[in-house]
Amino acid sequence: MASLRHYLTLHRQNLLDALRRLASQPFASALTVLVIAIALALPAGLRVLVNNAGALNDSWEGAADFAVYLKIDVSNENAARVARTIGGRPDVANVTLIDRAKALEEFRAKSGFGDALDALEGNPLPHTLVVRPKSGAAGDVEAVAAAVRAMPETDLVQLDTAWVTRLRAMLALAGRMVDLATVLLAIAVTIVVGNTIRLEINSRSVEIEVVKLVGGSDGFIRRPFLYLGFWYGLVGAIAAAVIVAAALLALEPPVRAVANLYGSGFELAGLPLRETAVLVVGGAVLGWAGAWLATARHLRAIEPK
Amino acid sequence: MIRFENVFKRYPSGREALSGVSFSLERGEFAFLTGPSGAGKSTLLRLIALIERPTRGTVLINNQNTARISRGRIPPFRQRLGVVFQDHKLLHDRSVFDNVALPLVIAGASRREIERRVRAALDQVGLLGRESHAPITLSTGEQQRVGIARAVAPRPDVLIADEPTGNLDPDLSREIMELFTRFNEVGVTVLIATHDLELIEHLPHRQLKLVAGQLAADSGRGDP
Repeated sequence: MASLRHYLTLHRQNLLDALRRLASQPFASALTVLVIAIALALPAGLRVLVNNAGALNDSWEGAADFAVYLKIDVSNENAARVARTIGGRPDVANVTLIDRAKALEEFRAKSGFGDALDALEGNPLPHTLVVRPKSGAAGDVEAVAAAVRAMPETDLVQLDTAWVTRLRAMLALAGRMVDLATVLLAIAVTIVVGNTIRLEINSRSVEIEVVKLVGGSDGFIRRPFLYLGFWYGLVGAIAAAVIVAAALLALEPPVRAVANLYGSGFELAGLPLRETAVLVVGGAVLGWAGAWLATARHLRAIEPK
Repeated sequence: MIRFENVFKRYPSGREALSGVSFSLERGEFAFLTGPSGAGKSTLLRLIALIERPTRGTVLINNQNTARISRGRIPPFRQRLGVVFQDHKLLHDRSVFDNVALPLVIAGASRREIERRVRAALDQVGLLGRESHAPITLSTGEQQRVGIARAVAPRPDVLIADEPTGNLDPDLSREIMELFTRFNEVGVTVLIATHDLELIEHLPHRQLKLVAGQLAADSGRGDP
């Protein structure tokens, strides 16, 4: 019991001593913390961007409308009937019929090709249906499109789900790249902390030697450095979370402006609480690991002379 | 308490620091290790503190063969050994109190125990009341006394010192030797390496003389 209390007391002392040591060299500590923070903010920030792109993708997929061009000789009544048939399907949310005469009028008004159209005999435009499927999944959209394509009045179904698939593939690629960047930068953080601890070990070699001489165990000697690494990692990770939040704050107004232009209520999401926790805990663990590597490598080299 | 049996120590450079040294020191004995510099005095002390291992032969401390003490068991072994250095080896980033307390903290003494023992040790070396001072503000002789207080605070069975008076004037040196004598009187086994023959000639303790790595003379057990 007494030895456990002693052990815990030592740990608490090491923890506080390490923090004091960081505070005693504010400039050098701040530099190291900043390097760690930037190395951690990069993958965290990229992760946020990919998350947001994913959310954007989801919201687009829900509106995977497709266009159905009916055959040119389909009458107004038949077009209306086809629209009702498709609209009656359980997997279709709604169908809008664009009457060929109305379409021509609109085209004449908006395209500036009025004179060219006058040169044509009759209306070259077919009736068009805009179909909005109910479910967001690309496969279901495909099923609706196939059924519509099978109808005798249908000339062409213009289904552009390819871009959705492509976007999703690109997001997967981006996600994987962020994973790789995370691994590489985690290694970088470990090395940065390890190197800082190595310098610290060198500058405290006299103390290490004396502690060894009066019977300090390897664990006793290692602990202050492990806690130092822990603090570097923890403070660096918290700074990284702050950097990401600040970057998002700076991006918010222009993103809102773009979203408004597209008539979208899209909002930039920050780092979720769970991922923030992973970042902070991960940073502390990486700092600890870097210190551990440095002590494992360099403490044995310092023996009493 | 300390027993050397035909001990050789050869350094990787090829220099043989000790060549077949045998002697034994009983519990509670006080001995000086003399001889010219380079005779192997420091090496002998380093073998006792397990800073070095013998190339050949056996070193027994408290009937324990040091060759059988693994690297991981060295710390607890050293906790029972008091070592005093010529250059004190004090830590200048902490107070006198914290320097003396270091071995007690390592050994896991309670806070109250640490305070009590640090005060007792500082009292014994005549530095009570200087706990909060920085070692750098003390004189060389006082720093050496802090070093001695640190060595004796955990109440070791054995106290070894390498030229503890090397940097001190004769008066201070005599004071330091008196200190060691007092610790010896309460039962601590003391072994001190020194080349200051003038200082110790009037002291009654045993003298072991090393010359070129060999025991050249042993005055035998001194008068208690």
